[in-house]
Amino acid sequence: MDEILEILETNARIPLEDLEKLTGKSKKEIEKAIKDYEKKGIIVKYKAVINKEKLKSSNGVVALIEVRITPQKDVGFDAVAERIFKFPEVKNCYLLSGTYDLLLTIEGKDIHTVASFVSEKLAPLSSVKGAVTHFMLKKYKEDGVILSKREKNERLAITY
Amino acid sequence: MIAKHIKNLPPSGIRQFFDLVLGMPDVISLGVGEPDFITPWRAREKAITALEEGMTTYTSNKGLFVLRKSITNFLEKRHNLEYDPEEEILITVGVSEGLDLIVRSIVERGDKVIVVSPHFVAYPALVEIVGGQVLYLKTRQEDNFKIDLKELKRLMKENPKAIIFNNPSNPTGTAYNTEELKKIWKVISSKDTLVISDEVYDELIYEGRTTSFAALDEEAKRRTILLNGFSKAYAMTGFRIGFACANKDIISAMTKIHSFAMMCAPILSQVAATEALRAQKEVAQMRSEYKRRRDFIVKELNRVGLVTPKPQGAFYCFPSIENFKISSLDFAKRLLFEEKVALVPGSAFGKEYDSYVRISYANTLDNLKEAIIRIERFLSKL
Repeated sequence: MDEILEILETNARIPLEDLEKLTGKSKKEIEKAIKDYEKKGIIVKYKAVINKEKLKSSNGVVALIEVRITPQKDVGFDAVAERIFKFPEVKNCYLLSGTYDLLLTIEGKDIHTVASFVSEKLAPLSSVKGAVTHFMLKKYKEDGVILSKREKNERLAITY
Repeated sequence: MIAKHIKNLPPSGIRQFFDLVLGMPDVISLGVGEPDFITPWRAREKAITALEEGMTTYTSNKGLFVLRKSITNFLEKRHNLEYDPEEEILITVGVSEGLDLIVRSIVERGDKVIVVSPHFVAYPALVEIVGGQVLYLKTRQEDNFKIDLKELKRLMKENPKAIIFNNPSNPTGTAYNTEELKKIWKVISSKDTLVISDEVYDELIYEGRTTSFAALDEEAKRRTILLNGFSKAYAMTGFRIGFACANKDIISAMTKIHSFAMMCAPILSQVAATEALRAQKEVAQMRSEYKRRRDFIVKELNRVGLVTPKPQGAFYCFPSIENFKISSLDFAKRLLFEEKVALVPGSAFGKEYDSYVRISYANTLDNLKEAIIRIERFLSKL
């Protein structure tokens, strides 16, 4: 992977001047490369990873839903998936191998919101054969970042 | 009570400075000689499992065979260098122990040993402890701290028993390419001098191809004691695992002392090190991170007025403070008190290097950035 992507993947907010110093490339080259990545959809979005457990005010719920679906002629799973992932409540949508087909992540303000999404929007779809909802209890690690407990590296401040 | 030759060991002023740094909270330290990364998880996990399985015994003096074999395989792949895992390798407690063992194995009272300067502090100390005489081979900033062959030839006339050098170097970050090593070897090979080649930063080279000193040719291999370990590239300083490779006579002499003084390296650390050799992806990630930080810090140091050649390896640079007419210890002390930034005075690495300081960039980019702001402010007051 290109160095610029490697750096942005860990810190999307790094100033352009720092990128310049780190990669040895000129501002123009870097700006052009980033624009290209954005255009090609390689860089999709810049976002912050937020540890919502620490936000006292936020008491929303997250649910993972396993969905079994019937593929449609010619378009397979894609058309059904699209029908489902277009709901704004769906944060993530993956097609998986194994005992079910789609894995969704749903965020709602409480259990009832999620339950009504499943019963009123998802389950009635004719190609949905079944859904199993798991409510998330705790997040330990997200996007490669450990949320619960940081590893410490307590080096002596000066050594040869 | 204390033996005279131990009492007289330098460097005393530096020790006090270290204590000052260690006693001060919230310092941004560019004085650290170890990675800021944590050991790759797979190596840690292996040690945890080994502990659960009850691996709590001694190992053979030379170390676990599986580790010795993994290392010799690795050296063959990396440097096309073949050592017999039975007789030509010894697992040591860090490279530090390897150094001590080799010096004690070959240096007799009065023997001369060349130490390339600026040097890692332990080199002359270990030679002096056994009564050897140190010949300093000084390198200069204008030569990128590389060995001056004329100077080497001059010192070789004194028939030194051995030469100790570090490639890439702590404190300068200088790394030699294969051609440069060949030229050095050509001069050394004119005598029977042994080469103690400390290659602990071997995997932290950011450009150019280098090789092990032992890989230059058959005779170089016969006369080289290759020292390396897991502390730096694998971020395993606390595990204390190093190794020495050399011909069987030398390894057997070193093993003798090791078996009396140390018995063996800790088994859990040996298990972790065996697994660490498989963590090449993590090593590569750390390497590219160090490279970026190096590019950043060298540019910034030069910008704020500290002349800093670009080092090729390790995670240090060695800027000159000559323009500021101040000793390296005073510079370091004032920077510590006035801006809470720690670095190591150059005089710790040889008394001729009092107009230099060692900066370690094994630190986060945020810390490096903040340190540069503080150093720039400090320099404007000098």
